[in-house]
Amino acid sequence: MNEFLQQLVSGIAVGCVYALVALGFVLIYKATDIVNFAHGEVMMVGAFLGLTFIEILKLPYWIGLLLAIACMTVFGMLLNRFLLRPLAGQGILAVIVVTLGLSILLRAFASVIWGPETFALQTPFYNRVVRVGEVVLSQEHVAIIVLTIVLVAALYAFFRYSRIGIAMQATSENQLAAYYVGIPVQKVHSLIWALGAATAGVAGIMLAPIAFVQVNMGYVGLKAFPAAVLGGFGSIPGAIVGGVIIGVVESMAVLYLPEGINNVAAYILLLLVLMVRPQGLFGIQSKRRV
Amino acid sequence: MYFPKRTSYRDDLRLFPDRFTLWQYLALFAGLLLLPLAADGYILSQATFVFIYGIVAVGMMLLVGYTGQISLGHAAFFAVGAYTAAVLQSRGMAFLPAFVAAGALSGVVGIIIGLPALRVKGVYLAMATLSFAFIVEEVIVRWSSVTRGNRGMTVNDPVIFGLKLSGPVHMYYLSCVVFWLVMLVVINVLRSRTGRALSALRDSDVAAESMGINLAKFKTTAFAISAVATGLAGALYAHKLSYISPEQFGIMVSVEFLMMIIIGGLGSLHGAVFGAMFFIVLPQIIVGIKNYLPTRIAELPVLESVSFGVLVILFVLFEPRGLNGYWVRLKTYVSLFPFYRRGMFKRNKIASSDLIKH
Repeated sequence: MNEFLQQLVSGIAVGCVYALVALGFVLIYKATDIVNFAHGEVMMVGAFLGLTFIEILKLPYWIGLLLAIACMTVFGMLLNRFLLRPLAGQGILAVIVVTLGLSILLRAFASVIWGPETFALQTPFYNRVVRVGEVVLSQEHVAIIVLTIVLVAALYAFFRYSRIGIAMQATSENQLAAYYVGIPVQKVHSLIWALGAATAGVAGIMLAPIAFVQVNMGYVGLKAFPAAVLGGFGSIPGAIVGGVIIGVVESMAVLYLPEGINNVAAYILLLLVLMVRPQGLFGIQSKRRV
Repeated sequence: MYFPKRTSYRDDLRLFPDRFTLWQYLALFAGLLLLPLAADGYILSQATFVFIYGIVAVGMMLLVGYTGQISLGHAAFFAVGAYTAAVLQSRGMAFLPAFVAAGALSGVVGIIIGLPALRVKGVYLAMATLSFAFIVEEVIVRWSSVTRGNRGMTVNDPVIFGLKLSGPVHMYYLSCVVFWLVMLVVINVLRSRTGRALSALRDSDVAAESMGINLAKFKTTAFAISAVATGLAGALYAHKLSYISPEQFGIMVSVEFLMMIIIGGLGSLHGAVFGAMFFIVLPQIIVGIKNYLPTRIAELPVLESVSFGVLVILFVLFEPRGLNGYWVRLKTYVSLFPFYRRGMFKRNKIASSDLIKH
């Protein structure tokens, strides 16, 4: 039972990371119609920035985190301006290929700048535990869960109450109509990229103590697809719930299923969802007019 | 936009548009057969890889370029073909039946991987095929009683009717023959009713369906043919390298296959071959350029992947018709000389926005 609960919490924690990556991914998809296959690599860049500030420049953890987020915002905007905006109006294949190309480039640059080694990122929660009754939980995991909840709540408030948040929702809903009511759509797209990159960066920094910082950590980002599809592509609450479910399923697979299945559990789940319920848990099936 | 004019339906069905083209291809084929007399082992090996990747590219082109189904799972077919050939031959089967079995089994896997295509398309299909590729890779790693898992397996030289095919010359001829056979099959599929059905369902699945095209049947056919081609290429690849292990069939391989045909130019078999050639030649070019670069840059190990990534992005943004676009322009320039005009191949923004829409 104890083992089960620990595994469950660690699954939820990893799931929260997936959820944050998926959140940025879905935000960008909804607003700009770009399916970013490089979102895992964006997350990797965030983790490396965190590493630079915290481990190499020896800044305090929280300041390093904030600086990394700030850099990621700029990074997201630059990506949008110079790579993705020229893609507007292109078909889905062009988008897939360009973002896959971007993922190759980001991996290559990261291995040039930071090197191909694996790095460890020290956090204030390192090697500490939380006791809840009989159960011993790693503080690392609990911190991830709490941070994700805070972040999601903040994002919810942002989208619900701030002017620019509502403008973002409007742009995602209908770009043309948003133009007509005077929303600066291109600026909103930039901001959405900034937000998406920043959440990915936070996810990367949170993942660092669990999975180490390295060039290939972006493959974790591929798990954001199953999360997004499971939640219903284009649904933000869906992405979060989907991410957590994927994390939990994976950790349960470690416990109860033969070795190796945990590596592909997310993808098996994705295929099942596509076969049984392609619109996902929260998605609305949209009918296309011919 | 310039299109060559066709005056009768028969022009569409012809294997070669005119006698001259037929002679061109025959000359090319003869040249390829004679190449081993002139070239050394290294060049022959590279040419063999061009054929192997050419088979993959032609198979991919049928699926992605002509049918509009995006696949990020072709590494799985490649792996299934390679492992089937290797495993069957290590258990005493002769080369030819093992080779056929490799194609057949990856065809079956292709049909299974194609199943999601019946329900989803676009980016969902890309993800579904990607997921399948991950699962196949994991199966190969874990099923070590057959595949020897991460230790990899060695592959024996193929033996056809008692003749042992070893060394670059033999492999060159083998892959050359397989390449032309696959090419012939794919060309014939494309110019037949099936091929037109495939293009129709790429351009608009709703319109195609309402004209009586059985979407499920044709999508499955496309996946199957594409997978068979890729599986055969995988078997050749296994023999060429004579050692295979799961990490040779990782997810990046699928991505490279896709990029290969994008750089070559979607919707043309010439493009597929150009893409394969480019994929093999690019590393050589980079080695050549390295001498002229400052040592700090030249020593970077990632030069190859960076240039590949950059090129693919540039092609998508500025020349979506890929290398084949340049080829067609060159050909038109020569055949119309001196009447070629600059604007002849100007992109029509709407029509060329992409071959594949949402």
